[in-house]
Formats: sequence, C-alpha cells, structure tokens
Amino acid sequence: MDSEKQVLFAGFGGQGVLSMGQFLAYAGMEAGKNVSWVPSYGAEMRGGTANCLVTIAAEEISSPLTENPVMAIIMNKPSLDKFEMKIKPNGTLIINSSLVDRPPVRDDLKVLAMPLTQVAEEINNTRGSNMIMLGAYLEKTGVVKVEDALKHFEKIFKGKKESVINKNREAFLAGVEYARNNW
Amino acid sequence: MEKVLMKGNEALAEGALIAGCRGFFGYPITPSSEIAEYMARKLPGLGGVFVQAESELAAINMVYGGSSTGTRVMTASSGPGISLKQEGISFIAEAELPCLIVNVSRGGPGLGGIQPSQADYFQATRGGGHGDYRVIVLAPSGTQEMMDYTIEAFDLADRYRTPVMIMAEGTLGNIMEPIIVRDPVEKFYDKPWAITGCKGRKPNIVNTLHLASDFLEERNRILQAKYKLIEQNEKRAETFLTDDADVIVVAFGLMARIVKKAVMEARKNGVKAGLIRPITLWPFPDEHFKKVAETARMVLSVEISMGQMVEDIRLSVNGRVPVEFYGRIGFTPNPEEITQQLLLLAEREGF
Repeated sequence: MDSEKQVLFAGFGGQGVLSMGQFLAYAGMEAGKNVSWVPSYGAEMRGGTANCLVTIAAEEISSPLTENPVMAIIMNKPSLDKFEMKIKPNGTLIINSSLVDRPPVRDDLKVLAMPLTQVAEEINNTRGSNMIMLGAYLEKTGVVKVEDALKHFEKIFKGKKESVINKNREAFLAGVEYARNNW
Repeated sequence: MEKVLMKGNEALAEGALIAGCRGFFGYPITPSSEIAEYMARKLPGLGGVFVQAESELAAINMVYGGSSTGTRVMTASSGPGISLKQEGISFIAEAELPCLIVNVSRGGPGLGGIQPSQADYFQATRGGGHGDYRVIVLAPSGTQEMMDYTIEAFDLADRYRTPVMIMAEGTLGNIMEPIIVRDPVEKFYDKPWAITGCKGRKPNIVNTLHLASDFLEERNRILQAKYKLIEQNEKRAETFLTDDADVIVVAFGLMARIVKKAVMEARKNGVKAGLIRPITLWPFPDEHFKKVAETARMVLSVEISMGQMVEDIRLSVNGRVPVEFYGRIGFTPNPEEITQQLLLLAEREGF
C-alpha cells in the first residue's frame, strides 16, 4: 500500500458527501495518521456536484490537492462523468449504482458497485446512505481499519444524540456486511 | 500531544482567542465567514465584544476605536470587503495602532468569484490605502499555521504598533487538518499610549490629521524608520532543496505546499527543482534570493493570480537570473500541473 492515499468523494449536495469525507479524516486522525480534508466550496457546490478530497498519509502531507486521486467514491452520474478520467491509472472506483446508469468507460479501473438506495431501504435508513457506502469502502480497502473507525464513533459524532449515533453505526455496519458478501 | 481536526478559519479564530483578542468587528463574506461565526459564539463568554457591523467601513473603524483602547482586536474579510476597509487601515497605520486584519482571499477584480485567489498580493504588500505606509503580511500554508501565525501576528502588531495582515487563499479557510491547539498567550505589552481614561496622567490623543507641513513630514519619517526596522528584523521564508537546484519555484500559502509536491515529483524525473516560500509577503524575504540568484538557472513564480509577487522576485534577483511566471485564477493548480510546467521548462532550457 502506498504511504499516501488521496480519496475523492463526489455526489449531489445533500447526499452527505462532505460528511463522509470528514468521517474518514477523523477516523484517519484517530488512527494516528496525517490527514487533510478539502471541500469544494466554490461555485460548483451551488449547481451540480459537491465533492471533497481526503488525503491520508503516514508522512507529512505536502499537497492536500491532486488532479488524480487514487480512489473515488461516486454517488451520482454527473460525478462519474466529471471524475472518471481523472482517477489514477489502475485506481479504484466505488459507485452508487442506484444513481449511476452507465458502466465506467475505462477498463483499467477496479470497479466496485453497490445499489445504495436498495441497501438503505432494506435497513429502513435512506438518510444513512453515506455511512453505508463508507462502511463498505473501509471494509474493502482498509484505508482505516473498520475496528478503528468503530472505536471512535462516539468521539467523531460528539454532540449528536445517541439515537443518531446508533442509526449511523447501524448503517455503517450494513455497508461493511455488503462489502463482505458482494465485493 | 493530542491533535484536533479543525477548519482553517476556525483554527485562525481560536488562535486569535488564544492570543487574547477580545474584540471582533466584521461583516460576513465567503470564504472568510466562519471566522466571524466562531468569534460570535466564543467572544461574549470570554468578556469580549463581537459586533456584526452594518458595513465593512464601519467594521474597520470599530477596529480603529477598539485598538486605541489597548485591547487586542481584529477583523476578517475577503477581497471586496478588504478593499472597502483600506481607508480605515491607512488611518490605523498612521495612528500606530496594533490590530489584525485577515484576508481569506477570493478571485477578483470586482465582485469576482468565491474561488481561492492570491490576487490581493499587490493590495496587501503595498499598504493598500492612501499614503506612505505598509502593513506586515503573513502567509500561512496550512491549518496549524492559521493558528500559529495569528498568535504571532498579534505579537508583531503590539511590538511594532502596526496593523498586521494575514493573507490566506480561500482554500486555507475551508480545509480541515489536525492541529495542536496552543497554550494561551501570557506575554502582553504595556500600552502607555492607549486611551484608557486619563485620570492622573496627561491625555492620550489619537489623531491622523497633520496640517503643518513640517509635522506631516516628521510623522512620515517616523513611520519609515519603523518600517526599516521591521525590514531588518522580520523577513521570513522557508526554503526546500534550493542548494543544487537549476530551477527555483517561488510560491506562498497553500500554493507553496502544492509546489513542494511538484518539486519532489520533478526531481524524480531528473529535474533539479527547489522551492522558496515567502512567509512574510511584506517585508519580502529578498535576502533568501541572493544565493539562488548565483546558483540557479531560472526562477519560476507560481501564483493564483495573473502575476504579482513575480515583481518582488524580479526586484530581489535584480536581473541576475531570469524570472518566469505561471498562474491561474479561478482554479488552484494541482501538483501534477506544476510538475508538467517544470518538465516543460527543463526541456526547453535543456537542464
């Protein structure tokens, strides 16, 4: 595994894309890594897609920005259109197939797809979609260990109601399970 | 030491509180607004004053008033808001009052956009308003420095009795990174000049109207002597792999970290690149360029503007080495883009 990983999260505003990235940054920090979280705060946020870029590294992070992330979590079709060509050669694409109706064009990418809406409906938690995706992503890639992320749930969600934290944990675990069974 | 994940704007605001800042006067504008929001939440509980002013003009004059009482005070804004504050900054500079002005900068001219930018460099480093004055300008490159330079800025402001500016491109305000939260500042300065109620002493008067020619010139000479002292003492820069470099890239702020990565990538491709990162934009760290002007074959200024700092670099190397420019506006160039530029340059120049 490279000592530095840059992961892009992209989707519609409201899909929890920014908080997904924040969760990963927190979890990475708690696991003792260097992290940075860069949101798209520009005009693009107001129209189509929201995105953020998380860097996790063993060493000091020089550039928190990159043109070519090694992984992308793609929550809708406009995001796939925008970012597919930018992912590093042989990188990983994680796709919400409920909202992306075409396969990627590139054949060098490792593609992991999940019908996110369906999985969320099965556990009756559509608002937790982002955490389902994150759980699946961490289970598959180990960028931060699932056990480590779970250990810090309370801390990361500090100030939130216990019922909210539990809902999010439940969603996260549903994602972990999906990845185990399907990816 | 336990680290905390913080947004740049929040780290800066917390840094101001750590430095003992107890007055914030401002008017919200993207991408700096989180600073005002943070201060609005925290200052009342600390016995401080937060005012969302009716305009930027009002806000900077509240800073003028607040500072004249000896309290550590600040304002924060972005591009167009900082332009509106220039009259007040000129007054504060001449009144020799300490304060912090933060520009989390966005693209101009005009209302421009809200994307990160460094195109307020001229405005920041040439004084900005009317008359012969300068403000010290610090350029942080990450979230930890957003906090640390704010603490430092209040110290410099009091030490030299001058407004200090922090200039950070918009991304720096919005990025989150883990930081170590510093201990509260304990070293403060005596301020015998402050307006504190003059019982038992001569009144202190804050005034910038000098109609007598002799006195006006004397006031200007006093200010210039102070700026000279600041130039002697406070020039700061970071250098990276400059000793054997054929091409020196110069960048400040977050842009400098992006360039650092590009410099490392260029070296992997056999191009000997190095980095000079000015930390003080004024006074400009010209001495850091003396040596590279003898050893490097080319200097490249990379800015999120159409080319401003490049003029200070040319003044610093004084024709001894060619200086080129690469800039974008509306976009922050990624490391891959800068690496590409360096490789092209090396190919063209044959090194």
